[in-house]
Amino acid sequence: MIWNENKECMSREQMHELQSKRLRKLVSTVYHNTPFYRRKMQEMDITPDDIRTIDDIVKLPFTTKQDLRDNYPFGLQAVPTSEIVRIHASSGTTGNPTIVGYTRHDLGIWQESIARCLTAYGITRNDIFSVGYGYGLFTGGLGAHYGAEYVGATVIPTSTGNTEKHVRLIRDLGITGIACTPSYALYLAETIEKMGVDAKQLKLRVGMFGAEPWTENMRKEIENRLHLNAYNCYGLSEIMGPGVAHECECKNGSHILEDHYYPEIISPETLQPLPYGETGELVFTTLTKEGMPLLRYRTKDLTSLIEGECECGRTNVRMTRIVGRSDDMLIIRGINVFPSQVESVILEMPEFEPQYLLVVDRINNLDTLQVQVEVRRDFFSDELSTMLTLRKRLADRLKSVLTVSVDVKLVEPNSIQRSEGKSKRVVDKRVIE
Amino acid sequence: MITIKQLSIFLENKNGRINDVAKVLAKEGINMQAFSMAETADFGILRLIVSDVEKAVTALRAADFAVMLTDVVCIQCANTPGSLSAVLDYLAAENIFIEYMYAFSEGDTARTIIRPTDLPRCIEILQKNHCRIIDTYSL
Ligand SMILES: [Zn+2]
Repeated sequence: MIWNENKECMSREQMHELQSKRLRKLVSTVYHNTPFYRRKMQEMDITPDDIRTIDDIVKLPFTTKQDLRDNYPFGLQAVPTSEIVRIHASSGTTGNPTIVGYTRHDLGIWQESIARCLTAYGITRNDIFSVGYGYGLFTGGLGAHYGAEYVGATVIPTSTGNTEKHVRLIRDLGITGIACTPSYALYLAETIEKMGVDAKQLKLRVGMFGAEPWTENMRKEIENRLHLNAYNCYGLSEIMGPGVAHECECKNGSHILEDHYYPEIISPETLQPLPYGETGELVFTTLTKEGMPLLRYRTKDLTSLIEGECECGRTNVRMTRIVGRSDDMLIIRGINVFPSQVESVILEMPEFEPQYLLVVDRINNLDTLQVQVEVRRDFFSDELSTMLTLRKRLADRLKSVLTVSVDVKLVEPNSIQRSEGKSKRVVDKRVIE
Repeated sequence: MITIKQLSIFLENKNGRINDVAKVLAKEGINMQAFSMAETADFGILRLIVSDVEKAVTALRAADFAVMLTDVVCIQCANTPGSLSAVLDYLAAENIFIEYMYAFSEGDTARTIIRPTDLPRCIEILQKNHCRIIDTYSL
């Protein structure tokens, strides 16, 4: 099903025209209302008149997370605070958090975006939909909530926290759809199994999963254990929140709502645009946002774009899975390693729980990578030699995928800390001199 | 059943983990009748014979231990030199290999838990040679 055929199935020429029109308006707005962008454009010697079509976007300056921090709290806001009706903030481990203000119009676009996602997943007014993202400053909870209400579903603001209660609600209320992080979905599956509830008997049908990168193997794992269709939902609070891109029934890339969020892929080193199909850093321009419009915001997410009409009928550009983050990427003995690579290897081996931790250290000036992985409660061998073989198989497989050698440590079930939000998968003990 | 169920528990090499297992079992009123530990540098496998297998598995898994069941055979010999080796000779002669074994004694008798490569054939050979096999009920 398609929520807004007019926009989601537009011809490429019409889309180009719409994006060009919106970009011209956006550039003129930020030039006149955001001193930060006016200064940047003046430094680059460009004026709004230089922007004719969407293709001129490459002339515009980039925006980084650091720019947002430097202009904390309201420096990038393009409207007076009286126009702002809500504020969200994204957590920062260091420095200022990122503050994002939304006008009433922005919230309208946001719920429209989520409605497009949910409709693509098959959620309608007849569904009972549980929002298992955290409610609060994080955009996940309220974003998914209002979008699902907009579609007309019966929305349950479960949030994170009491997982057993969540399972009982799913069972007793006949919840059919759920939104949460993929790692929380696995935690939910574990809790369901632990409580002795049969997942097959539940009415769960659709899962909207996002806020952290996940893999195809993780999808299979979630679908098998929760007996639902698991769909990706991409978003980030700086741009809007969840709902920037979503999968459809084809599960072949996430459709970007490019009439609102214009995507580019650039090389993180040279900052030059890359063609369709090449992997690089994802960059977004908010074409219709009023509160805090951003030009060419560098997401740090590494992915590639797919052009061409999808079998579902949508014509907008799709993005492939996030393969990593340019700042999440570990450099071990000069080789780029992403936690997601480790995850997909572990998910291929049913002998292990999909719970892992990467511990990076530097011993005698040499980087070391240890991967801790949990054995399953019911699956392992009573023979040491078999366990050692299993460990070696995992280590060999990791080495062939990562091209660095890995020390695998088998740990007991439930000994790696679970998280209800974004999982902490890496501990880097290296001292940077 | 002529075989008995052994619990195999995965343990990290951390202080007090065997004691943690013992506490879980004690709380449920389950007796440990025999055990042995096989270790590597960072993990080990604790093999246990207990009085109530099902209850023990449920309690241990609930306490986040990885537990599996293995069929093993328990034989009883006189607690005298050479009696066990006689039994092992029967098995060796028939090409039955032993993955691991461990013994415990009760009074005058010595009991040995054996995990052979081929359990049905192992039992067949033991019976043919009139070895005393201890089943679940006589433990
Ligand atoms: Zn599609």
